[in-house]
Amino acid sequence: MSLQIEFEHGRKALIVRLKGELDHHTAEAVKSRMEEAIESGSCRNIVLSMKDLTFMDSSGLGVILGRYKQISAKGGKMVVCGLNPPVHRLFEMSGLFKILSVQENERQAVASLEVVS
Amino acid sequence: MEGNFMSLKFASKSENESFARVTVAAFISQLDPTLDELTDIKTVVSEAVTNAIIHGYDNNPEGIVTITARLEGDTVHLTVEDQGRGIEDVEQARQPLYTSKPELERSGMGFTIMENFMDEVEVETARGKGTKIIMRKRIESKKALFN
Repeated sequence: MSLQIEFEHGRKALIVRLKGELDHHTAEAVKSRMEEAIESGSCRNIVLSMKDLTFMDSSGLGVILGRYKQISAKGGKMVVCGLNPPVHRLFEMSGLFKILSVQENERQAVASLEVVS
Repeated sequence: MEGNFMSLKFASKSENESFARVTVAAFISQLDPTLDELTDIKTVVSEAVTNAIIHGYDNNPEGIVTITARLEGDTVHLTVEDQGRGIEDVEQARQPLYTSKPELERSGMGFTIMENFMDEVEVETARGKGTKIIMRKRIESKKALFN
């Protein structure tokens, strides 16, 4: 598959690392695996790390927004980090920056969760 | 290179989205685009093909998606076509954040992205007959050579 998903359970958040290409085809797997992790209740917050994402289109925006809504409904937070310039541009275009918390890297993303809680 | 073109036909399966964008990008490469321009092209191909599969064919894998790419000077002409259900209200479909399938977690940004990344986007559609997206983009990195 052209997308790899890696989970790391941290103290404050579940870190989800996406590597490869996030499109309509691979978004399905991202959706179901993250949904499962969130519903299992093993994480309160999510850090979505996109540093190694080599391609993303609007299907990616949809699945990210979906997970944001899901974790928010449970009272958790989602922070995204590691946005490369093309992904940054899609976030900007769709207004996702207005609702999502964005940090430079994983370390800062985790730290930002410690400040707010 | 004048009048060079290619066309591509494939099954309306989501696993072909990556194949489609990579193939078009490889063809466009002969215009010597920048990495940003190549990403733009890959993204719009992905958007249009995804629309054809999800909306045109309602995820039925038996449909056929046709892409043509034509190079004229420093300009890329792209079409992405399906013989699916067609778009009822094109103006509404082109609105940012509008989606007819919110239950599928669509962001509604497909057309907005195509319009932002390409110089021109036209939609030809007829209910029950299909949709053809016609797009044009000038590859800037070649500009100096043609001026």
